[in-house]
Formats: sequence, structure tokens, C-alpha cells
Amino acid sequence: MASKTRSPSPIPPPTPATPPPEELLRLYRSMLLIRRFEEKAGQLYGMGLINGFCHLYIGQEAVVAGMQAMAGPADSCITSYRDHAHMLACGLDPKGVMAELTGRSGGYSRGKGGSMHMFSREHRFYGGHGIVGAQVPLGIGLGFAHQYRNDGGVAHVYLGDGAVNQGQVYESFNMAALWKLPVVFVIENNLYAMGTASARHAAGDELCARGAAYGIPGERIDGMNVLSVRSAAARALAYARAGAGPFILEMMTYRYRGHSMSDPAKYRSKEEVSNMREHHDPIDRLRQILQDQGVIDEAGLKEIDRTIKASVAAAADFAQASPEPAASELWTDVLSEA
Amino acid sequence: MPIEILMPALSPTMREGRLARWLKAEGDAVKSGDALAEIETDKATMELESIEDGILGRILVPAETDGVAVNTPLALLLVDGETLPDANAAPPSPQPAPPPAAAPAAPVAVSAALPAAPLATHRQTVREALRDAMAEEMRRDPDVFLLGEEVGQYQGAYKISQGLLDEFGPKRVVDTPITEMGFTGLACGAAFTGLKPIVEFMTFNFSLQAIDHILNSAAKTRYMSGGQLSCPIVFRGPNGAAARVGAQHSQDFSSWYAHCPGLKVVAPWSAADAKGLLKTAIRDPNPVVVLENELLYGQTFDVPDDPDFVIPFGQAEIVQSGRDITLVAWSRMVQVALDAAQTLKAEGIEAEVINLRSLRPLDIDTLVASVQKTNRILTVEEGWPVAGLAAEIAAQIVERAFDWLDAPPSRVCGADVPLPYAANLEHLALPQPDTVAAAARTLCNRTSEGGA
Ligand SMILES: Cc1ncc(C[n+]2csc(CCOP(=O)(O)OP(=O)(O)O)c2C)c(N)n1
Ligand SMILES: [Mg+2]
Repeated sequence: MASKTRSPSPIPPPTPATPPPEELLRLYRSMLLIRRFEEKAGQLYGMGLINGFCHLYIGQEAVVAGMQAMAGPADSCITSYRDHAHMLACGLDPKGVMAELTGRSGGYSRGKGGSMHMFSREHRFYGGHGIVGAQVPLGIGLGFAHQYRNDGGVAHVYLGDGAVNQGQVYESFNMAALWKLPVVFVIENNLYAMGTASARHAAGDELCARGAAYGIPGERIDGMNVLSVRSAAARALAYARAGAGPFILEMMTYRYRGHSMSDPAKYRSKEEVSNMREHHDPIDRLRQILQDQGVIDEAGLKEIDRTIKASVAAAADFAQASPEPAASELWTDVLSEA
Repeated sequence: MPIEILMPALSPTMREGRLARWLKAEGDAVKSGDALAEIETDKATMELESIEDGILGRILVPAETDGVAVNTPLALLLVDGETLPDANAAPPSPQPAPPPAAAPAAPVAVSAALPAAPLATHRQTVREALRDAMAEEMRRDPDVFLLGEEVGQYQGAYKISQGLLDEFGPKRVVDTPITEMGFTGLACGAAFTGLKPIVEFMTFNFSLQAIDHILNSAAKTRYMSGGQLSCPIVFRGPNGAAARVGAQHSQDFSSWYAHCPGLKVVAPWSAADAKGLLKTAIRDPNPVVVLENELLYGQTFDVPDDPDFVIPFGQAEIVQSGRDITLVAWSRMVQVALDAAQTLKAEGIEAEVINLRSLRPLDIDTLVASVQKTNRILTVEEGWPVAGLAAEIAAQIVERAFDWLDAPPSRVCGADVPLPYAANLEHLALPQPDTVAAAARTLCNRTSEGGA
């Protein structure tokens, strides 16, 4: 895909508030693909084809879609276990993602990683990590490598509102700021860490201010509006890419489903969820813009929906048809050949 | 074609559920994401969401149906203006759920530790036994408190602390942020002053974030302070592989913690073990690691009624006696060993099954006595073989009972790889009754059923 550039890219010109029609449609498709993919994953889980933990991203689509829209060709990405969407947004094939969820040989980790542990060297997607907060120091390591190689890339490091309380996050903030590493920390504040509302786990109001002591600029963004995310991404990435150091974006967002599949979600009211769904849905909001601006008509929207559904259905078929890994795979990949 | 709405699997271990009630009626328009029905499992009540926009055409399983198997069609959803194909077609009746996987065969416990007199008992799940152990000890001693992620309002990620917040309040049932290193250090500090924290790790995998405090602060401080500062603390939570949760969430820490002087380590199998060992752990003035197992939480056993029932550390239990080979196991592997013993019995091999219960201190005397009878020993360990507890047991048996052995001390362990996610590979990676039986057969010099 991307060719590597050897020198830092120049700061891009400021992005206009409303991107051109083709870009709006790209954002729309990207979010819709995530939504439909996750709905299908939920169904396959219900049918017993996906097991273990499975953390859906439904409701949060604008965050990764908006960030990834501004990603540079050498950028890298790392996140937690809630990772399917990031993979799709990084351009990975839905078939390989779904087949990993079903634990089949056609999956990105050949069935050995599962939903929380998927990677693609080719797309510079470094996982998929099951230990809350662990991806943050790993992520500044990606930033360190970008700086070391001077390849113009920025590391996109995603973490939840719950993860910001892990000590290793602050060790990472300190080093990233000290060494001006090209990193954008994207805090996906969906208001809950499992069943704990952020007010019950985090002192202070704004998570974007958690880097202040290290001199890391932070902004709180409406993460349910993909256009706000996109312009924030442009600012933060330009800052990091220019060598000014890390940047924190706190994306205010919401997950509609439970934490994982087995979460009864008793810690929040139905009204809260339905209010977010009905009045703040990122896909509905962009669809409205597309229609208001005459970018696309009803038939065009239907066509997009149909194509995306078909690709998700194809991914689901592939994920069921792909065979389980061969028994001999149990013993492979433990170590590299020395 | 109308879409069949199926009974979903709502957790890694769910096989069946109860359809509690319908939230929509036949003929109602529904949107994708709308809640259609309430499903109850042993852990929780959950909503079943619609997967498409449409009309709820027909309800196939009425409200208040128990034991509906995963994947049973619950209703038909009509999309894009469809109508029902044949209104007279008889609705399929709900499929009975398959019998719960690996129901324990309720073996009669022949205990090396307990008095022979029969105790009055009641049936209880491991989950309830752990909860009762904590509640009873918290009533008994105001210095005991529980802290961890989701232990309070959420009632425990695996519902172990159910009801404790209501009874003891937020001062003694403390919800922490996701900061294992921080809250474990805090708990050790509090324990230095004489408080008796119970630290719940959501799973022991996350104790790796805090292992520095478990070893450097909890295990070593008494020694380093010349006996001045003790650390009366319990670290507990589910350990080992659950079901299909991948390598980072499926590790057995038995040998890790059993390695360390300054700690005591126990691993309950039955509900009685869970209750008796956890109570002893809470009363113990030392740091104790209690390794539970998620797959056992829902299993039911007999538990003594006596509120002062405790199980002393360092005493293994002979769960089943036999004369041909000793099978040593702990935690969930006890059931695997019992299942293997059943297979072997049909072939004329009588296995003695020992539930270790306590990993440090290790009840080597009971193992030696057993080997003096059977002359063969096979340890079943879920964890990795290299430098594992099975290796330690083999070494001690060789040191103490070499002359009684008719075969080398042996072991069946988890495969020496990170645990894979794929269903077939996960099965291959963990000790199973047939692999244990095969290893036992080899030790007894019998290559096939009825042979030699
Ligand atoms: C070190 C560690 N502790 C606990 C867990 C269990 N756990 C998994 S996700 C989670 C909540 C994380 O919440 P947040 O960071 O807000 O991310 P979100 O799930 O909302 O995306 C917890 C406690 C874990 N995986 N790792
Ligand atoms: Mg969160």
C-alpha cells in the first residue's frame, strides 16, 4: 500500500471544515462498514461461531473513521481489545478479521489470536491487546521507531477512559514528551470502563488534561461527530508530525452495546442509551449532512448500504467456510528461526 | 424470507438460557438495536436486540420458558414488507437444552484432612461458597475488607461478590480504578498496619501488572523487617484457562506463585474447598494467593453447614482411592483426573485421585504415602511443563519415595505454547481426560484396553 517516505512530511494545509463530497462519502462508507461488521459479529457470537470475549465498537465509529481519514502513509496504529473497527479502518480485509473472530485459518492471526489479538505488519497495525493500558507504552515504542527511522510516520495510540488510570500511561506520557515522540494519544472516552462510570474511576474532569504536567497539549472533541474528529485529527497529527511531540485527543463517545457480549449493562439507563442512539448517532448525523448538501440521494444511500452488507455477508461466509487451523499449528510460531 | 431470531450465546460458557419475557409483541415494528426480549442466564439478565429493521412476525418461544438451548429460533422477523409464509405452520417447540457440559459426578470425598464423622452439608456453587466465605469472615472481623475492579456496584465481574456491597457498604467493598499495580500496593500498605485486605484480581492474568507488589512487598517484607511487619492479605480471583479467551487471558499461575517463599498458595476445586480454603486464607496472618477457576464457579458441590468449617493449608484430599496409580491434580484438573480415572477403571486400572488443594505448602507426605501403595505417580497440571509444579512433585517424589517407584514419576501438562484461540487448538493445548488416561496406561505398562 503506502510507500515509505524518508523525510518528515510537511505540515498539511489546514483542512476545510467540510471536506469535499467524495471524502464525505468515504467517511460514511468507513463508519457504515464498521457498524454492519460489528452487528454481524454480534450475530455470529450469538450463534456460537465466535467465542470468548468479543468487544463491539457500535456507536464509536466516528472516532477511528475520522482519525484514519487523516492518517499519513507511514503512520502506525495500536489499540486495545476493542479492535475490529481499527483494523477495518486501517484497510484490513473484513474477511481476515471475521475469520480471526471465528478462530479459523483464514484469520489475520491464522485463528491463534482471536478477537482481542489481531495484527498486520503490512498495514502497520500493531494489535489488538488484551491487557488494559499495555498498548500505551507499546504505542510510544512505535513512535520511537518512527523518530528513529525518520520515516515521517506518527503512531496513533488508542486507549479507553478506564485505561488512563494505569500507571504505565504516565510513564509513557513522560517519555513521549521528554523525547518529543511523534505520537497522538486518542482517549476513547465512552464514559464507562466495563461497569464503572468515569466519574467513579477518574479524578479530575477532563482526561485530555492528564498530560498537562508533561506539557502535552490536549483537546476534548465531540467523538460522535466524524467531522469534528477529522479536523482534530488533522491538527494533532500535524503537530506530532512536525516534531513538536505528542498530542492528546479525548474523544467523547459512547458504546451502544455492553462492554463485551456477556455484560447485562445494568449500570446505565435505557434512556441514556436510546438518547445517544437517537440523537447523537454518528452515522445518522453524517447521513443527514450528505442529504442536506445534496451529496447523495436516497437511492445512492441504499446502494452503499447494499454493497456494504454484501461485503460483510461475504466476510461472514468466509469466516465460516475457512477451515480450523491444522493441529500442527499448535506448535508453530512460538519462536522465530534464529 | 423472514429472519429467524435465535437464542443467542451471551457468554463464553452459556449453553442455555431462560426466555424471561418479550418486550415486543407480534406485529410490532422494530428497529435494528431495539430490545426484543429479556434472557436470563445464571450470571445475568440480558436484552436480546433486533438485528434488522422489521416487524416482529411470530413469537416461537413464549415468555417464561426455561432451558432454551443456544441457537433455538425464538421469533420470526419480517423485513422489507414480507408476510408470514404459512400462518398455520406449527411453531417449533423449544429444543431441550443439552445436558450441561461435564457435570461433576459428585464423587464421594474421602478426605485426608477432615474428621470421618459425616458433616451436615448443603448444596452450593463454588461462586456462592466463595461469597459466603468472604461474607462470614467480614462479619467476624471488621479489619477484613474487599477491593478490586467491579467488586461493588457491578457485584463482581464474575458475580463472586454478589450482595457484599449491600451488606458491608462502600468502605469495606471498594471499587477501584483499573490500576492493579496501584491498588495492590495500597492493599499491601494497609496490611502492614494490620488491616486484612482481600484483593480481587478480575482474573489472575492481571496480577502480572501487580506481581512486583505481590513478591517484593507482600512476600518479602516480614523477612526483611526481621519479623516486625507482617502482611496479612489475600490475593484471589480466577486463574488458568477459561474458554476461548486467548493467550493473554488464559494463564495458569500455580507454579509462578508456588515458587516464592513468603507466600502461601491454594487452589480450590470443589465448593467445600473454595469455602474452607478461602476462610483459612483470610484468617492467615500471611499473604495467601487463592487461585480460583472461572469454569468451576457455576458447579455445585456439598458444603459443610458449620460456619467455622475451614480447611487447613498443606493437607491434600484423597478424592478417590485406588491401588494402581496415583493421579495428582488441583483446581479444574481434579475433574479431568476423575474422568480419566473412570475410563481407567473400566480397563481394570484403579487410580487414586488426589486433590492437592494447597500448592505451598505442599502435602508431600500424602503423596508419598500414596506412592508407597500405588508405586506410580502422574501429575496433571494445566500450566506449562517447564519448571512447573509437576516437575517439583516429581523431584520430591524421587527424593522421598524413589525405592517405591515402579515407573518414573510422570506428568501431563498444558502444551508448551501460549494458549491458542482456535477451538481445536485450544482443546489440544490443555490436558484432557483421554490424554491423562493414555499417560496413566503407559505408566501402568498397558498399551491398550485390557492389554498386558
Ligand atoms: C490489566 C487489566 N485489568 C483488567 C482487565 C479487564 N478489563 C478488560 S476491559 C476493562 C475495562 C476497560 O475500560 P476502558 O479503558 O474504558 O475501555 P472500553 O472497554 O470502554 O473501550 C477491564 C477492566 C484487563 N483486560 N486488563
Ligand atoms: Mg471506556
